[in-house]
Amino acid sequence: MNARYFVRKLSTLVVTLFLTVSFNFLLFHVLPGSPVQLLARSGHYDAAAKASLTKLFGLNHGLLTQYFIYLKNMVQGDLGFSYTYRKPVTTVLGAAVGNTVLLVGTATAITVFIGIWLGVKAASRANSLTDTAITVTSLTLWSMPDFFTGMILIFAAGVWTHVLPISGIETPGLTVGWLGHLLDIAKHLILPALTLMLVNAAEFSLITRNAMVDVMVDDYMVTARAKGVAKKVIVWHHALRNALLPIVTATALYVGMVLGGAIQVETVFSWPGMGLLIYNSVEQRDYPVLEGCFLLFAIAVIATNFISDILYQVLDARVRNN
Amino acid sequence: MNDDVLRVEGREGETAPSSNRPGVWREVWRDTMGRVGILTLLGILVTIFLGPVIFPFDGQSFGASATSILQAPTGSHWMGTTELGQDVFRQFLLGGRISLYVGVSATVIAMVLGAGLGLVSGYYAGWRDTVLMRITDFFLVLPTLPLIIVLAALFGQSILITSLVIGLTSWPQTARIIRSQVLSLRERPLVMRVRSLGAGDWRIMSRHILPNVTPLIFANLVLVLSGSILAQAALAFLGLGDPVQVSWGTMLHNAFNSGAMSSGAWWYTLTPGVGIVIMVLAFSLIGHALDRVMNPLRRGAR
Repeated sequence: MNARYFVRKLSTLVVTLFLTVSFNFLLFHVLPGSPVQLLARSGHYDAAAKASLTKLFGLNHGLLTQYFIYLKNMVQGDLGFSYTYRKPVTTVLGAAVGNTVLLVGTATAITVFIGIWLGVKAASRANSLTDTAITVTSLTLWSMPDFFTGMILIFAAGVWTHVLPISGIETPGLTVGWLGHLLDIAKHLILPALTLMLVNAAEFSLITRNAMVDVMVDDYMVTARAKGVAKKVIVWHHALRNALLPIVTATALYVGMVLGGAIQVETVFSWPGMGLLIYNSVEQRDYPVLEGCFLLFAIAVIATNFISDILYQVLDARVRNN
Repeated sequence: MNDDVLRVEGREGETAPSSNRPGVWREVWRDTMGRVGILTLLGILVTIFLGPVIFPFDGQSFGASATSILQAPTGSHWMGTTELGQDVFRQFLLGGRISLYVGVSATVIAMVLGAGLGLVSGYYAGWRDTVLMRITDFFLVLPTLPLIIVLAALFGQSILITSLVIGLTSWPQTARIIRSQVLSLRERPLVMRVRSLGAGDWRIMSRHILPNVTPLIFANLVLVLSGSILAQAALAFLGLGDPVQVSWGTMLHNAFNSGAMSSGAWWYTLTPGVGIVIMVLAFSLIGHALDRVMNPLRRGAR
C-alpha cells in the first residue's frame, strides 16, 4: 500500500514537472507576446539580421521541432543565454540561488516555530483577549504587502536610527577575516529575514489557530479533558498532533507564497538572490533569465508539494494504515 | 411545479448547513471583527470616492521650484508632496480607486472561472471532473506571484491586462472549494427528486446548487479580493504597474525609486502603504467573520 501511494505521487510529480516545462515553452516561445517573437518582429533589423536572429533562436524550424530542441536543451541543463550578463543563464542563476536559500531558509525556520506557537496560544484560549490580540495582529501583518513591511523596517532601522544595514549582503571593501565576514552577512540578513518572517508567521499562526480550534471541539478532546489530563498536555500533545495535517498541507502552499515574498523583499533590500534577479530581468527585459527563474521557482514549489504529500502519509495514521 | 419543489426544500430543511440563510450578513455584523471590517470598508469607500469632491484640488500642481519637491506635510499639502512636487493626498485618493478597481475586476474574473469550473466539475463528476481537477491542480501548484510577474512582463502593464493576469491566476483554490461542496450537494435527495421531476442539468445547477454554494463563494471572494489587491500592489511596486493610472503600489514604486526614503520622506511611503494595509485588512476582517459564521465550531465553544 505504502509503495503504491509513493509511486502514484511520484508519477504525479513527473507529469507535473513535464507540464511545467511545456507551459514554460508555451509562455516564452509560442504565445503572441513572447520575447523571441517580439525580437524577431521588431522593425529594427534588416533582412539579413532578421534571418540570423531567426536561425539563432531556431525559429526557422516548425513549432514541434522547436519544442523538442527546447526539451533537449532543458535535459542537458542549457537554459539559454542572458542578454544583460552575457553569460549562460545557469551561471547567472547559480550565483543567486544560494543567497535566496539562505534568506528564505532562515526566515522559514523561525516562521514555522513562532507561527505555530502563536497559533496554539490563540487556539488554546479561543475567544479570550489573547486570542483576539494574536488574531488581529496576525490579520494586520498578513494584510501588509511584504515590500511595504520591508520599507517600514528600513525607516526604523536604517533611516531614523542606523542600527542595521539595509542594503546588499555584505559591506563592500570590508576586510576582516572569515568570522568578521560571516558576522557582516548575518547583520545584513536580519532585516530581510525579519520582513519575510513577520508576514509569513502571521499566515502560519492563522492557519494553526483555525486547525487547532477545529480539533479542540472533537469528542476525544472532551474525553481527555474529562479524564483530567492537564490542559498543557491536551493542547500541545493531543491537539497539535492532530492539527499538524492541515499545517503540513499549508506548508506546501507556503513555499509558493514565500518565494513571491522573496521577490519583493530582495528588491527592497537589494539582496542578491533570485528575487532581485527577477526584478532586474523584468526591468532589463532579460527574458532568458526571467524564464530560468520562473522555472526554478516552479520546480521548487512542485518538489515541496511532493515532499508534503509524502509527509502527510507518514503523519496520518488513517492514510498510513489504509 | 417549481414552487412545489422550493417548498419541499424549505420544509424538509435539506439544504446545506451553509445555505442562503438571510442572516449570514447580520451575523457578520454582530461579530466584532466583522463589524469593524464593514465600517472600515465603508470609510475607505467614502474617502476615495467622495474625498476628491469634498476637498477640491487645483489640478496636478506640479512643483515649480525645488522647495515644492518632497515637502513634509503642511496646511496646503496635508500629506506632503511627491518627488515631482505633486500633492500626495490627491494621488492617494485617486490611487485608491485604481487599486480597488483592479482588485475587484480581477476577483470577478477569478470567481466566475473558479465557481464555474468548480460547479461543472463537481456536478458532472466522472471524466470531466478528473480532467478539470488535473488542470486546477496544475495551476494550484504554480507559484502565483512569479507567474503574475512573468505574464505582466510578457503581455503589458495596463490596468486591464493587470486585472486579467491576476484574475486568470487566482481561480484554482475557489474551483477546488466549490467543487468539493457541490460533490456533496449533488448526492442529496433533493437533487435526485428534482431530477426525477424532469429538471435539466442547467436548471438543477442554477436553481438548486448555485444558491447553496453562494455563501461559500462569498467567503472565498473576500479572500481572493485581499490577495488581488496585494498582488496588484506588488506588481506596481516592481515596476509592472500602469504608468498612467497611478495606484497605491505605483506611488510606493515611485517613492522607493526616487530616493524618497533615504531623504526621510516618510509621508510619501506611509500614506499609500497604510492605504493598502487598511483596505486589505477590512476585507480580511470581514472574511474572518464570515468564516466564523459559516463554521460555528470555529468560534470555540469554551
